[in-house]
Amino acid sequence: MSDLPGNQAAIRKAAREYILTEFLPGEDPSALTDSTPLITGGILDSIASVKLVSFLEERFGVRFEAHEVSVDYLDTLDGIVGTVERKLK
Amino acid sequence: MSLKLYEPFERTAADFPDRIAIVDPARSQEVSYGRLDRLADGLASDLTRLGVAAHQRVGIYAPKSIPAVAAILATLKTGGAYVPVDATAPVSRGVEILSDCGVSAVVAERSLVEALRSACGTELQLSESAVASELAELGCDLVLLACEKSEPSAIADLAYVLYTSGSTGKPKGVMHTHSSARSFLDWCVEVFDPTPNDRFSSHAPFHFDLSILDLFVPLGRGAAIVLIGEEDGKNPLRLAPLISQQGISVWYSTPSVLRLLIEHGGLERYDVANLRLVLFAGEVFPPGQLRRLQRVWPDRQYFNLYGPTETNVCTFYEVIGEIPPDRVDPYPIGKPITEDRALVLDSLRPVPSLEEGELLIHGGTVMAGYWKRPELEAAAFYIDDEKRKWYRTGDIVKENEDGDYVFLGRRDRMIKRRGYRVELGEIETVLYRHPDVREAAVISVPDKSAGLHVRAFVCWSGVGRGSTIALKRFCAERLPLYMIPDSFMFLEQLPKTSTDKVDYVRLRRLDD
Repeated sequence: MSDLPGNQAAIRKAAREYILTEFLPGEDPSALTDSTPLITGGILDSIASVKLVSFLEERFGVRFEAHEVSVDYLDTLDGIVGTVERKLK
Repeated sequence: MSLKLYEPFERTAADFPDRIAIVDPARSQEVSYGRLDRLADGLASDLTRLGVAAHQRVGIYAPKSIPAVAAILATLKTGGAYVPVDATAPVSRGVEILSDCGVSAVVAERSLVEALRSACGTELQLSESAVASELAELGCDLVLLACEKSEPSAIADLAYVLYTSGSTGKPKGVMHTHSSARSFLDWCVEVFDPTPNDRFSSHAPFHFDLSILDLFVPLGRGAAIVLIGEEDGKNPLRLAPLISQQGISVWYSTPSVLRLLIEHGGLERYDVANLRLVLFAGEVFPPGQLRRLQRVWPDRQYFNLYGPTETNVCTFYEVIGEIPPDRVDPYPIGKPITEDRALVLDSLRPVPSLEEGELLIHGGTVMAGYWKRPELEAAAFYIDDEKRKWYRTGDIVKENEDGDYVFLGRRDRMIKRRGYRVELGEIETVLYRHPDVREAAVISVPDKSAGLHVRAFVCWSGVGRGSTIALKRFCAERLPLYMIPDSFMFLEQLPKTSTDKVDYVRLRRLDD
């Protein structure tokens, strides 16, 4: 795909909004930073991780490998953006 | 005199040393019965050298692996009792449990020792196992830590102590003896008829009571255990192919895990020809989801097993035939197993037949008591006129016309989350430790997918508005993941009753 920086911003925006709506209702959006720990910080549990992955797969037409549904790939917004971005390249 | 927990295993190992005892797919390792027994003997000698003997406890602080099972068997062989601790939970909780139980040694994975040492605050004498290199080859580098000598267990025959959530904020240790565990295991053998060709899933972590069946039923019958690690166990995309590739024949887990598999695992893509038995326990399985599972896995035996950690499994119900499309009521928890008797009382008075009340259990599978918590223990048992001890489950049930017990709810504030017991009071205790939390109350409400949503109400005294992220992180550092509230609501003050207690009824209404 072309226009990579645009992609990155779109992925970040979509993932942020999804996490805030689904798992952090009522939270001040500015409290969720690009490096907030999501899994180790108790925001995403296993079911939430799977839901987030399904959402990203559908939204961006990518596929996650089984081992990527883990803390190594999903613990921060930066990590999520990087993982999806690599798949789009 | 019933057999010790490890004795049927030793017999299998002597008769069929080359048969595979445990497979660890994540680490691509397996171990034969003969080798596992030899490693357990090696570790048992190490423990004996450290002074572990009958009436002592040994902590197991390691990821799920073949060496961790060897450490469990080794502890039992010394005559000691094992205390499995969740190595994925915050280390402070692990240390709290190990010190509460007064373990005289800990078998730990080397990489976890530093964290354990600094959380302990005392010097722990580290020593190497004589079979260390072999254990490391099998995927877990175990070392031994000697702790200060502590008092012997008052219970003879103690086999293991499992810690569960405590309502006052302190986990409590459920003590089982060789004999209470064997009562349960003998029943399993009678009903599930395991053979050496079976391959059992071991999904539950070793600190969770479902693991007792996973480990000791197959090991006593020469069957194979397929270990499923903490990470893979939560990942449906990995679990679904694993059940097929590993030729699992007996599956045992919480309904939560099966629901995750149905919804996200793509189960229909995998052939599971070997699967013959599906066992579930720990919480209610909504019939709609069980029906979906039956469709993908037809013609298997399905069993709903029921029992708090304190009783092992004490009642069971087999789901026979197809689930009618209009069934919405969950299946009963069933009838008592051979070893146990059940009684329904309301405020400890008999109820007319088929009326609801608290379920009490008496019999061979019931625990010996709580580790050093006499007041809790006294409250947990009801002694009848014939001096028989009945464990009060706290579960409200009623008997139906078929003589099966039906679960209706709880009499206290304990909930089941992904099969784990969670005392809402324990979460509140942790929230109160946060410097900016003035008041806290936690409730549970049903969620969209028939599970439970845990909601915390907090009065925030810090600067600015309260932060869900900050509080979730605070909980994640002090509680296991399954105890972290799903959502937080910030209030000026909590609603109170006339006696100035938190008014949970009004909190619930706020939630609607």
